[in-house]
Amino acid sequence: MNILGKRYLYFAISLIIIIPGLVILGVKAAQNNLPLSIDFTGGSMLEVSIEGAATPQPADIHQLVAEMGTKDVKVQSTESGDFLIRSSFIDETTRDQIISAMQEEFGAAITILRFDSVGPSIGKQVTSNATIAVGVAALAILLYITIAFRRVQHAFRYGLCAIIAMIHDVAIVFSLVAIGSLLLGWEMDALFLTALLTVIGFSVQDKIVVFDRIRENTNLLRRLKFETLVNHSIVQTLQRSINTQLMTVEFLLFALALFGGVTLREFAVILLVGLLSGTYSSIFIASPILVVWENKEWRTWFRRKPQAV
Amino acid sequence: MTRRPYLMLGLILLLTALAIWVDASQRITITNPFNQKTIVNRNVSTRLGLDLRGGLQVLLEADLPADTPVDAEAISVARTIIENRTNALGVAENMLQVAGDRRIVGEFPGLEDSKAVLAILQKTGLLEFVDMGTSPLDPGTVIQTDYGQTSTQSSVTSTPESATPVITPTEADATSTAEANATPEATATPPAEAPTIYHTVMTGAALDTVNVVHDSTTGSYEISFTLKTDSSELFANYTGNNINKYLAIVLDKEVLSVPIIKNQISDGHGVIEGNFSGDSANALAVQLRYGSLPVPLKIVETRIIGPTLGEDSLRKSLIAGIIGMIIVILFMALYYRLPGLVAIISILFYAIIAFAIFKYFHFTLTLPGIAGFMLSTGAALDANILIFERMKEELRSGRTLLHAVEQGWARAWSSIRDSNIAAIIISIILFWFGSTFGATIVKGFALTLALGVLVSLFVAISVTRTLLALILSWFEIKNFPRWFGI
Repeated sequence: MNILGKRYLYFAISLIIIIPGLVILGVKAAQNNLPLSIDFTGGSMLEVSIEGAATPQPADIHQLVAEMGTKDVKVQSTESGDFLIRSSFIDETTRDQIISAMQEEFGAAITILRFDSVGPSIGKQVTSNATIAVGVAALAILLYITIAFRRVQHAFRYGLCAIIAMIHDVAIVFSLVAIGSLLLGWEMDALFLTALLTVIGFSVQDKIVVFDRIRENTNLLRRLKFETLVNHSIVQTLQRSINTQLMTVEFLLFALALFGGVTLREFAVILLVGLLSGTYSSIFIASPILVVWENKEWRTWFRRKPQAV
Repeated sequence: MTRRPYLMLGLILLLTALAIWVDASQRITITNPFNQKTIVNRNVSTRLGLDLRGGLQVLLEADLPADTPVDAEAISVARTIIENRTNALGVAENMLQVAGDRRIVGEFPGLEDSKAVLAILQKTGLLEFVDMGTSPLDPGTVIQTDYGQTSTQSSVTSTPESATPVITPTEADATSTAEANATPEATATPPAEAPTIYHTVMTGAALDTVNVVHDSTTGSYEISFTLKTDSSELFANYTGNNINKYLAIVLDKEVLSVPIIKNQISDGHGVIEGNFSGDSANALAVQLRYGSLPVPLKIVETRIIGPTLGEDSLRKSLIAGIIGMIIVILFMALYYRLPGLVAIISILFYAIIAFAIFKYFHFTLTLPGIAGFMLSTGAALDANILIFERMKEELRSGRTLLHAVEQGWARAWSSIRDSNIAAIIISIILFWFGSTFGATIVKGFALTLALGVLVSLFVAISVTRTLLALILSWFEIKNFPRWFGI
C-alpha cells in the first residue's frame, strides 16, 4: 500500500476543509462578531421556559428586555422551545426585574433554566489564560517528543511535525465551529476550549504511535529509503489507528453526540471531528511532512510542478 | 512476560476487591467478572456536579485593584469564613474552593434562589467574646448569644444590622454575667429544649491590634492583643471577676477557641496561650483581626442551572455511554476473539478501579467528566489494541504463540507509555486552567481524563498482561489463528 505517494493530495484535501471555516472566522472577526461565548467576552445569558396561553416571539422578548436598558440583547429560541436571552453583564436585581416584566407582559409562568453572568474582567483573563494554556500545551508537547525521540536522528523534526499536524487539527476544529456557528448558532465557550485541548492531547498521542514505529523501524531497516520506511510504518500501524479511533473512541463519542443531552452534543461533535482529524493527520499529514522534510522537497516546489501529484 | 502470573492475579483480585468495597460503600453495584453476574448499576449517590443536578455557582474575587497582590492566607481565611456562614444556611453539600490567587468559587447544589446565598456572602462577619463560665464548649459548636437581642425569647439569630453600639456591655455586665453563670445549673434539670444563651462580653470591634508572638526558647506560639481604650476598663473588670473561668472567642455564633482567664487584664494588653502551632496561631489571629472578611470580595460570575436540564442530560449521557460501551465490547469480542475477551475483562477492571478512585477522592461527577471517562476508556482500549495488533503481526511472521504474546507486549509498551504521557501533560495544563477560574467543569474533565489514563496504563501493565499469561498457561491452543482472529 503506497500511502505517501499521494501526499500532496492529502494536503490539498485538508486545506479544502480548513480554508472555508477560517474565511468565515476571518469575516466574523472583521465584523467584530466572533462566536465567542460570555465565558470569554463577559456578559449574561438567561435561559427561560415560558409557559402561558400564547408563546411570545423572540422579537417580543428582545424589545421588552432592550427597553429596560439592557445592552447588546440577543434573543434566540432553542430546540426545546425555550428562550436564550444574551446581553451585557446584568446582576441579580436586573435579572429579577426582567423576569417579572416578562411575567406581566406575557401573562405566563416563567422558569429560569439557566442563568450565567460573567464579569467583563473575568472574561478577558479567561481569554488570555486560554491562549497561555494552548501555547504551553504546544511547547510541552514539542519538548516531550524531542526528549522521547532523542536517540533518533532529527528528534526535533519529529516534534515539529507533530506540532504542524496539531495545528492542522486545531484548524479543523476551528473550521468546524465556524461552520457550526453559521448554521447552528454554536459558540466557543469554556467547554469548547476543553475539547480543543483534548484534541491536542490525543492528536499527539496518535502521532507518537506512528513515530514510535518509525523510530523502531529506523533501527531495524537501516537500508530502506526513508520514504519507504515511513510508508511501511504507517501501514503497520494503520490497523491500530483505525481500530482505536473508529471502533472505540469514535463509537463512544458518536453515542454521546447522538443520544447524549443537548448540553454535551456540541462538545461531543467537536471531540468526534477533532479526534478523527487527529488520526487522519498522523497518517496523512505528520508522517508525509517528515518525508517532505527529509527529501527537502520544497526546493522543487517553485521550479516546476511537483512530481508527486 | 510476567514471571509469577498467579501472584499477580492474586494482587489484582485483592486490589479489585478493595475497589469494589469502596464503590459499594458509596452504594454502587459493580460487575463481578468471574461469576458472570453483570450488574452495572451506575451511581446516583455520587456527588453530582451542578451541570447534572442544578444549582448555583458563584465566583468571588478580591475587590482590590488588579495589580495589588492578595495574601494567600487572607483568601484562604475568607474562604473558611464564607464556608462557615453558608453552612449555617443549611444548604447541603455546598463547596467552597480557592481558585487561583484572588478568587473563591462557591457551589451550592440544588439551590435555585440565589438571593439568600448572595446576601450571606456579602454580609460582614461578627466576632464576639463570650462568657462561658466554668464549662467550656468545644470549638466548632454553634451557640446563641445575647448580643444584639432585646430579650432572651427572640428565636432568630441576631443580625449585625440590629446590633446596638458596642459599649453597652458596661451596664449590663454585672447582671447578665450572673445570669450566664447560673445557666449551667438551670439547664441541667429540664430537658435541653431551650438552648443556652451566652452572654457576650464584647465584640471584635473592641480589639485594637492582634499579633502572633513566637517564644523561641520554649518554641510555643501565643497571640498577643491590645484593646481600644474605651474597652480596656470593661475588660479589666470582667477578667478581674472571672479568673479561672472561660472566655470563648466566637465568630458568627460559632466557637473558635475557648481560652481560660488566668489573670486580670487591667491595661488592655493580653495574651492568649494554648497549644498553638505556628499555623493555628496565625489562623486564629487573622480571624480575630478580621472578624469580617480579611479581603473585601465581589461577585464576578454567577451561574444558575435549573434542575431539569441537568437530570435530562445525566440520563441521556449515561444511556449514551452504555450504548457506546456495548458496541465497543461487541466489536472487541468479534474482531479480536480471545484477546478481545481479555480486553473486555481488563476494561471492566479498569472501570472498577477508576470509579473507586473517583469516589475515594470525592470527585464531582460532571458531564464533561463523563466524556473524559469515556475518552480514557478509549485510551485503555487503545493500549490493549496496540498489544494485540503487535501480537498478530508477530504471529503472522511465524513466531510461536508464547513468543508472540511476549513480543507483542514488549514492543507495544514504548508507544503506549509515550502516547499516554502526552495525554497526561495536556490534562495537567487543563487542570491548571480550570482551577484559576473556578471552572469546575473543566477541572472535572481534566481530572477524570488524567486519572483514567493513569489507571488504564496500570491495567495494561498488570491485568491484560497477567490474563494473557494465565490463558496461555491454562490452555494448549493448537488452532490459535482462529482464536486470535487472524
